[in-house]
Amino acid sequence: MPTTPIEFGLNSFGDVPTDGSRTLSDAETVRLVVDEAKQAEAVGLDVFSLGEHYREGYVDSATPVLLAGIATATERIGLGTAVTVLSTNDPVRLYNEFSTLDALSNGRAQLVLGRASQTQSFPLFGYNLEDYETLFEEKLDLFMKLQREMPVTWEGTVRAPLVEQTLHPTMRPGGIPTWIGVGGSPNSVIRAARYGLPLMLAIIGGEPHRFAGHVDLYHRALDQFGLPRQPVGQHALGLIADTDEEAAETWWRSWEPLVTQMGRERGFYPPTRERYELELGTGALFVGSPETVAQKIVRMTQELQISRFDLKYDIGGLPVDARARTIELFGTKVAPRVRELLAAEGDEAHHDDHDSHDLYRIGSTHA
Amino acid sequence: MPDTQPDQPAGPTPALPTIGILGAGKVGTVLSRLLLAAGHPVLISGSGDPAKIALIIDVLAPGAVPMTSEEVAREADIVILALPLGKYRTIPADALAGKLVIDAMNYWWEIDGHRADLSDPRTSTSELIQSFLPASRVVKAFNHMGYHDLDEGPRPEGAPGRKAIGIAGDDAPDLAAAAALVNAAGFDPVPVGTLRDSILLEPGSELFGANLPAEGVQDAAARFPETERGREVAAARADEDAA
Ligand SMILES: NC(=O)c1ccc[n+]([C@@H]2O[C@H](COP(=O)([O-])OP(=O)(O)OC[C@H]3O[C@@H](n4cnc5c(N)ncnc54)[C@H](OP(=O)(O)O)[C@@H]3O)[C@@H](O)[C@H]2O)c1
Repeated sequence: MPTTPIEFGLNSFGDVPTDGSRTLSDAETVRLVVDEAKQAEAVGLDVFSLGEHYREGYVDSATPVLLAGIATATERIGLGTAVTVLSTNDPVRLYNEFSTLDALSNGRAQLVLGRASQTQSFPLFGYNLEDYETLFEEKLDLFMKLQREMPVTWEGTVRAPLVEQTLHPTMRPGGIPTWIGVGGSPNSVIRAARYGLPLMLAIIGGEPHRFAGHVDLYHRALDQFGLPRQPVGQHALGLIADTDEEAAETWWRSWEPLVTQMGRERGFYPPTRERYELELGTGALFVGSPETVAQKIVRMTQELQISRFDLKYDIGGLPVDARARTIELFGTKVAPRVRELLAAEGDEAHHDDHDSHDLYRIGSTHA
Repeated sequence: MPDTQPDQPAGPTPALPTIGILGAGKVGTVLSRLLLAAGHPVLISGSGDPAKIALIIDVLAPGAVPMTSEEVAREADIVILALPLGKYRTIPADALAGKLVIDAMNYWWEIDGHRADLSDPRTSTSELIQSFLPASRVVKAFNHMGYHDLDEGPRPEGAPGRKAIGIAGDDAPDLAAAAALVNAAGFDPVPVGTLRDSILLEPGSELFGANLPAEGVQDAAARFPETERGREVAAARADEDAA
């Protein structure tokens, strides 16, 4: 039986890197990201996606503008987001930006909508964090209507109503691929299913197989809504180097201060080296040699049934050449190796009924 | 419920208290799984209609019974609060009268918004919950460990490397009941003080986020007064006492 094809994405938040002892300027980083997207295309990766952040050390705030720059510098690679903070965007504006991007790139635009792990956009654009749910729910409703059933008449509490509104440039029929990014909240999984949208699991800490239950929940919810199966993807952080040791050391030098800073802002204590080693081994970090990372991705296709894997390769202060090497090895070594392993697995195994998988591990963690 | 015969083979023990969980999110579903696995009947609610969480519970915590919060509060023996702290005023206080309530909630500004009432160093958030639930007995537990560690960490009692959860409360029998639940969930319970002291389990304190064995939790709790946060709390409370 044929194996599920797998897509590989590269994610960037426009993290500002270092070059030797020098930290790049914001403007240099913007230009670097375009070059990295070109490199991603050259090494055969499928999608290049940018986040949306509003703080020092990240240059991805004008996501669609940067993606437009990449669109004109590339020919084939998909152009996406990771993630677009829907709650603080205007769905009409977002439609205009991404229908333009899709036109400009000849149908290469896509999106992941979600909460994002940073919340600066709320105060910046005058929103309250407490209103997160209402904002997301109403704006998703409107954004999907715009993509699926123009002209749109819509009324809600989060923006001005629309009457028989048509937007231009008009998107392709049905709209562009729109994923919902989730971070563990079962309610968000149900929401993705309710709209029949593909699910992107953002797994940035702990053992990924914890999400097997969420994938099952997603499939069963789609069934309950009478909607067809949709792909599941995974967004992870990582770095690929020639050896496991080199990768682990390089990543630690940037990851440790980053997580320490996050902890200071949210009130938890700095990561220990022991915790880090666990994240490298069985946890959420994809840091290692091409073989190590490829094996771990193959495990994800089994445990989480993913058909898309996105690697966030930039993290504040990482040297530019470590980033370039990650992109190169991801495209030239890891991606082909994963495909090879999956093909070999497909030849041997006869898991003929894909739907009958159990709730493996869920509920059985307690010995 | 029929009495269990003493010589009956082991199975779910009907004598274990029924646990109610308010909140069917990340923490609520994990705690449901752990306590169901230990043999407790579990009742659970989200913010609204139980039908909304039926599928979530069926898949992520099969065996737990979805109900409204009011029903959960009324019918359970012990109730765990696993909803966003900012929503605490929606907790059905009357239905919880006379019950042991375990507070697993934290102030998390990214969810709750920036709120002075939830981040006042003079008052632990569990004290705030206790004053909102004057007819209940509140114990803090299950709040400081990330939900993925809660999910991955359970071990049988006595297993090497078993992780611990700090608990805090004012009343010995209630602390003992909370300790039994923590143990049933698969962790070593470590009493760290009174409800007023429970601020040392909150965000901003060293124990917040901790996934440590018992000695680690004990040591961190003992160190609290010397930490920056400990001194900040002590100073704020001294000012209050002086005022
Ligand atoms: N995440 C962690 O790692 C962690 C660890 C320890 C403790 N905690 C604390 O545990 C609590 C829950 O966190 P979480 O991460 O599980 O959040 P979550 O995934 O967002 O889940 C929150 C749950 O609470 C429900 N809820 C909201 N208002 C309610 C109400 N009035 N009555 C009953 N249920 C209500 C929500 O239901 P609706 O969707 O219907 O609104 C949802 O099911 C928070 O206080 C948090 O600080 C979190």
